[in-house]
Amino acid sequence: MLHSSIDRVAHATPPAVAQRIRGLSDRAIAWIFVAPSIVLLLAINIFPLIWTIRLSFTNFRVNRPNEPVQFVGLRNYLNILTDEDIWLTMQATAHFLIWTIVLQVLIGFSLAYLINKKFRGNDLWTTLIVLPMMLSPAVVGNFWTFLYQPQIGLFNYAVGFLTGADPSSFSMIGDTSLAPWAIIIVDTWMWTPFVMLICLAGLRSIPNSIYEAAECDRASNWRQFWTITIPMVLPFLMLAILFRGIENFKMFDLVVQLTGGGPGSITELTSINLKREAFEKWRTGYASAYAVILFVTVFGLASIYVKALNKVKQR
Amino acid sequence: MTAFLNQLLRLRRGAWEMVASVLIALGVLMLMQPLSLTLYSFSFLVTLTGTVMFIIVSHFPE
Repeated sequence: MLHSSIDRVAHATPPAVAQRIRGLSDRAIAWIFVAPSIVLLLAINIFPLIWTIRLSFTNFRVNRPNEPVQFVGLRNYLNILTDEDIWLTMQATAHFLIWTIVLQVLIGFSLAYLINKKFRGNDLWTTLIVLPMMLSPAVVGNFWTFLYQPQIGLFNYAVGFLTGADPSSFSMIGDTSLAPWAIIIVDTWMWTPFVMLICLAGLRSIPNSIYEAAECDRASNWRQFWTITIPMVLPFLMLAILFRGIENFKMFDLVVQLTGGGPGSITELTSINLKREAFEKWRTGYASAYAVILFVTVFGLASIYVKALNKVKQR
Repeated sequence: MTAFLNQLLRLRRGAWEMVASVLIALGVLMLMQPLSLTLYSFSFLVTLTGTVMFIIVSHFPE
């Protein structure tokens, strides 16, 4: 059947085309197959990047397309790098980034370590723990705003129950000192399962024979943990940190839904600030320079990280 | 230390990648630190130098 189909296609190919294809080298045919992907990559990734870099040196505003575009040199970059508000935004992002990674790695690894032990209902617990990761960030942001309600929120009630404080005496998303922690808690709740899954893959990849050899050498559990488990899970942990670090540096949807950057601008992360500059103030050139600064930062960090990851893998 | 300097002089990848990595990390720290606006202002320059250097030196011989 297959043979006859191929024969039919071969016979249906016009002789001139068939002659041309027969004359192509393997390399040329490979290029023909790869070309659509390369063209797509250039159109979707490379061209917008180059265009953004070009716009970052201009005063272009996308809501005023008929205005003449002027070349302003490095003015956009200088304005961003001397703006105290953007500096505060960077600090808010750093606070969010550092605490989410620390908490997610600690809790994620601990959960993976527990789940890796064989016990009754192991699979059910894994499924339950992984559930938050499968939800949409918009949905998570929305229902956590209800959980954080001072009057009816379950979170406030639980804190009140455990500490004895009045649940309506504090507002997680309305208080400037609590709001940064509110977004950290939600992101940790949502993405810890992701770190857990990566750590679990790492833990399950360690052959039992290594632990058995360590047992023969009478190594304690503590020693086995630090000399076998941690070094062998480290590449997986680093991968998880890389993914979460880059994702959280660009965090937008969850925080917008939860706090909208407020109260004031205390939870306004860089991507929210960038969106405001680009699509609320319509300063396209300025926002492009801002995007280039963020891109270089993430690219630089990712380069170091990939190098470190390769080194750990080679060990 | 002498070995490291020798590697730098002989344009070896390892040592130069280390310098570039330190520059990138320093730039990111300067970008996100809460202490000095001047450090923040120069952060992008440092990160960009480190990143470009990293791309170039990753083609150096081992």
